Amino acid sequence: MTETRGASVRYENVQKSYDGETLVVKNLNLDIPPGEFLTMLGPSGSGKTTCLMMLAGFEPATHGEIFLNDSPINNVPPHKRGIGMVFQNYALFPHMSVAENLAFPLQVRGMNRADQEKKVQRALEMVELGHFGSRRPAQLSGGQQQRVAVARALVFEPELVLMDEPLGALDKQLREQMQYEIKHIHENIGVSIVYVTHDQTEALTMSDRVAVFNDGIIQQLSSPDALYENPQNSFVAQFIGENNKLSGTVTEVAGDTCAVKLDDGTMLKADAVNIDGVGSRTTISLRPERVEFDTHEQMDNLVKGRIEEMIYLGDHIRVRMNVAGNTEFIVKVRNRGEKRDLRTGQTVEIGWAAGDCKALDAVA
Amino acid sequence: MSALPAYASTGQRVWHYTFRTICGLIFFFLIFPILVILPLSFNAQDFFTFTKEMLAFDPAGYSLKHYEDFFTNPDWQQAMRNSFAIAPVATLLATSFGTLAAIGLSQSHVPYRSAIMAVLISPMIVPLIISAAGMYFFYSRIGLQGTYVGVVLAHAALGTPFVIITVTATLVGFDRSLVRAAASLGANPVTTFFKVQMPLIVPGVVSGALFAFITSFDEVVVVLFLGSAGQKTLPWQMFTGLREQISPTILAVASLMVAISIALLTVLELLRRRSERLRGLTPS
Repeated sequence: MTETRGASVRYENVQKSYDGETLVVKNLNLDIPPGEFLTMLGPSGSGKTTCLMMLAGFEPATHGEIFLNDSPINNVPPHKRGIGMVFQNYALFPHMSVAENLAFPLQVRGMNRADQEKKVQRALEMVELGHFGSRRPAQLSGGQQQRVAVARALVFEPELVLMDEPLGALDKQLREQMQYEIKHIHENIGVSIVYVTHDQTEALTMSDRVAVFNDGIIQQLSSPDALYENPQNSFVAQFIGENNKLSGTVTEVAGDTCAVKLDDGTMLKADAVNIDGVGSRTTISLRPERVEFDTHEQMDNLVKGRIEEMIYLGDHIRVRMNVAGNTEFIVKVRNRGEKRDLRTGQTVEIGWAAGDCKALDAVA
Repeated sequence: MSALPAYASTGQRVWHYTFRTICGLIFFFLIFPILVILPLSFNAQDFFTFTKEMLAFDPAGYSLKHYEDFFTNPDWQQAMRNSFAIAPVATLLATSFGTLAAIGLSQSHVPYRSAIMAVLISPMIVPLIISAAGMYFFYSRIGLQGTYVGVVLAHAALGTPFVIITVTATLVGFDRSLVRAAASLGANPVTTFFKVQMPLIVPGVVSGALFAFITSFDEVVVVLFLGSAGQKTLPWQMFTGLREQISPTILAVASLMVAISIALLTVLELLRRRSERLRGLTPS
């Protein structure tokens, strides 16, 4: 089970409409190479689950074609696609024992009993449930049921496994543990995994690449770190991680950088990522942990702000400030143990590098 | 019903006991007419009343002669054979069609679902005499009146609504993602139906089948209209027996039918418990 045996997936101009009027998925093009862990991340109603269901074959595409290993699968019924799937509510067969659940895909493939037992046992051991074969699903905890569902989706050695928010029903600690387990299983087996979630931490933890969905369109498709460090538009910046927004107008563009005049007159230097040129409106995106209180003359951006509120959170202190008219401006200060003279109501100077703030498309 | 709390007022006490009395009377009203025929069926005399010997619990007052009559009289034996020839086949038809209809009507993409459901349920709602008269005229035209097939079809139509209702009720608790899961695991729709859906809805199917069986087994109106002498069922024989030759054998038959009904209802209750157990196990 160590060699790579992933499938490739390609969406070509795929559209989906349930009512014939509004498109839930608008012209999706997506290439998933063999063995990749790709996460479709987005708010509910963004079309990510619909994309997964079209790949599984439970929803027909209104327009366009989906390819599995370079052959079109639009006219292949779900049970002939050979794609493993883990459902949000696990969908374990309640009238079968755990071992029978796992043997089901092997049984319908006509495998002999001895081989079935061997594979079932190996799959159960993979998810550390070796002794649970004779139990009914209801006699297991949520986390154990989840593992059985994962094992069942893998036991018939599919090249592609789909996961539809599989960890949604688990508590936080178990969810984190399962994230690592799924990641390790993916690394060990080498199947392609398409994973749908609305939880950004989950997406960042497990994926090779993340496709951020909104409004039926992939807003950005990149690796987790690129998604956080270099958001391509305001939606992604806002959706992934915490983010300070400052709106203004572009006054000058010089190569990759630009100058932006905020609405209160403050001038900032920023990375020009997604702007229309001089005179256009823009939203500056800035991560709270990139803002420094220890300012010095060489900093690209130096701004004065008033401390509105301070929240002690152990490893860091969360400072809410009023900066250039934005009263929700958050600064995260790492708790290094030193005494810092910050008080609510104080006006202080803060600064950050031009490369840490991105000029993106304007949001209303 | 728990014991009265210490702070209950006089009015509450009075109501408490009145309520129990009313409940008891309702049970008495429902069950007594059935219970009274049981001892009478063992009457040693050809009477419908309790004799002095019976009331004195004298063994001489009791006998099995009415049961003997039932098991030896060719009329009753023929009626029983007819009933057992008609009811199971009608049940089989009603169960198959009813289950398929319920599954079809549970799919959200089927148009006019409630209208179709209303039509299929109508034999249960329309007065039986009207269904029977309608069937009589219709079946006469197509040559089914007075035939075995005609009676079986009519009883199947009467039993189908029970199956549809019980199976639909079971399907409400059926997790449709199980069907998708089975498909993703490589099972074709037929395998999915028999291996995944059927085992989980079988309690509903069996309850429906039992109701359909009892409907056919107890039915007298339709069979009077549609049957000929060759389809004389037990209820029909009882009906004519009452009219023509008041014989206490009817009491023996009635007792036997009560016994069969109780047996079937016991099966039903056991299945319901099993279904509840399985339902409780369904993760959600």
